[in-house]
Amino acid sequence: MADCPKILSARFEEPDSHTLAVYESHGGYTALRKALTELDPDRVREEVKSAGLRGRGGAGFPTGVKWGFVPQNTGKKVYLLVNSDESEPGTFKDRYILDYDPHLMIEGAILSSFAIHSNDCFIYIRGEYGWLVDRVQAAVDEAYAKGYLGKNILGSGYDLEMIVHKGAGAYICGEETGLINSLEGRKGQPRIKPPFPAVVGFLDCPTIVNNVETVAAVPWIVNHGAAEYRKVGTEKSPGTKLFSLSGPVKRPGVYEVPLGLPLEDLIFGEDYGQGMRDGIELKACIPGGSSVPILTAEETLDVNLDYESLAEKGTMLGSGGCIVIGDDANMPELLKVLLRFYHHESCGQCTPCREGTGWLDELVGRLIDGRGRPNDLELIEKLCSGMAGLTICVLSDAAVMPTRSFIQKFRADFEALLPRTQQPEAYVPTTSAAELGRR
Amino acid sequence: MSEEHQDAVPEVDASDAAADAVAVTDDPTKAFSFSPEREKKYEEIVRRYPTRLSAIMPMLWLCQDEWGWLKPGVPEWVAARLEVPISRVYEIISFYTMYYTENPGTYNLQVCRNISCHMAGSGKITKHLCKKLGVGLNETDSEGRFRVEEVECLGACGMGPMMQVGKDFYEHLTEEKVDELIEQWRRDG
Repeated sequence: MADCPKILSARFEEPDSHTLAVYESHGGYTALRKALTELDPDRVREEVKSAGLRGRGGAGFPTGVKWGFVPQNTGKKVYLLVNSDESEPGTFKDRYILDYDPHLMIEGAILSSFAIHSNDCFIYIRGEYGWLVDRVQAAVDEAYAKGYLGKNILGSGYDLEMIVHKGAGAYICGEETGLINSLEGRKGQPRIKPPFPAVVGFLDCPTIVNNVETVAAVPWIVNHGAAEYRKVGTEKSPGTKLFSLSGPVKRPGVYEVPLGLPLEDLIFGEDYGQGMRDGIELKACIPGGSSVPILTAEETLDVNLDYESLAEKGTMLGSGGCIVIGDDANMPELLKVLLRFYHHESCGQCTPCREGTGWLDELVGRLIDGRGRPNDLELIEKLCSGMAGLTICVLSDAAVMPTRSFIQKFRADFEALLPRTQQPEAYVPTTSAAELGRR
Repeated sequence: MSEEHQDAVPEVDASDAAADAVAVTDDPTKAFSFSPEREKKYEEIVRRYPTRLSAIMPMLWLCQDEWGWLKPGVPEWVAARLEVPISRVYEIISFYTMYYTENPGTYNLQVCRNISCHMAGSGKITKHLCKKLGVGLNETDSEGRFRVEEVECLGACGMGPMMQVGKDFYEHLTEEKVDELIEQWRRDG
């Protein structure tokens, strides 16, 4: 894709790309200068809105529209929280931005703060990315020293404080209201919406939570304009997106692709994954991080990487964590790995999720261990209907979506684990009456 | 600041052995002290974070950087210094997995077990580590130096199998590579 501009990954392979000197030599912070001297916050917001940039953390909500929900002149502070709590299994793209181009994220965060009239910004980085916390802190210190952060930025009268905050190991803090509670010094348990954070967020103030990759696209949009951004991607999914490619492909890694690229190209293309490793055939693919429904090989070869095409196939673009699965994989085992994860990460607030993720984990586990019962697949489905859409956040749904799609699309693999002979429905005691009496 | 952290500071539990008397002073904020460099960072945190409650997480990180884990008495000290209820400190310590209330040992080997690493053979690496060190999962070896743990996705899905030790990531692991690392760490002590 020679004609696709590198909006996010231009410096990933540049030596010392994390330093201010290299970033500036590539035109870094010119968008900030332009915004502060020639544009006002509304212009920046309008530009991002007409560019059609959508949230890259998973939900895909239009960024400029989200910014527009911030009420002005409430007398309260406005906060921008940059969500760097990347922990969706299969996703490692924000890590690349923080590692190889932290100043791109910082400039994007300053522009985004400016657009929503915020003077206070937090970068919330997952605790496991400890070395990236140091990396980003060093970059923030450089930006302060050069006058890109702090009081009266570039003499414009605009002030912005930026704090790098380190998480401490909780997947749920990647959910925006969980992140807000965490930053307030609480358990990272999500809040009921509405009210939406844009109105009542961090410390009850208007708050925007944006993903790293989302804010990282803003400098390019400010420099080149919405029209140029729209030349890449599709009508409804404009621009580029980073995809994290993992699984048994020849060249796993993070690739910036124009939205609308065939998923087949990402896996097999010369510029990207270069195909399956020798001796392994494509069996399935989870295109948007572990929480989205899985695609069969056939579906994988017949879908494009944009929000609409993936939705048509019943799945989602999500975080762009593209997990390729080979024919050597054991599907029930992979589902068990995912369910163990959701069980572990459920925050425990809502009963359907707290109990349901554990039961699903246990049920698939007993199938694998040969302790399954004839109606277990129906029981799993029954559990799923008691979990989906019934909780404060979507972690419960995130466990249900892979469960349902794995079993629906690879049913034979699961049926093979059921007891061979259909046992009667009647209750069969597995413990003696004497033993039961002792309990 | 909300009213809830205007309450009196909690007292350090003095009921333990008299041997701990050194740590128990009339002023619970003096039970421990940071190195000068971390004390400076502490002051910066308190100055910059909008509330004392939001400063608990970074404060706990500072403690863990200073002592390697949250040794007994430290959570109470954090509460006293930040003037927040001790329940709020424990709310955080008990919810987040990266704050240690037990000493994890010098080398805590955290192998990712999630889907991409699983397909890349993380299970084999974990088994190999346990066998080599003569420990079970989540156990520390007899010298108190190595511990093997399985953790969820660390964001190295294209580079599995992998493990995290301290802040560092070790990627594209093989049994041979793991052996070399352990030999190296044994030499380093």
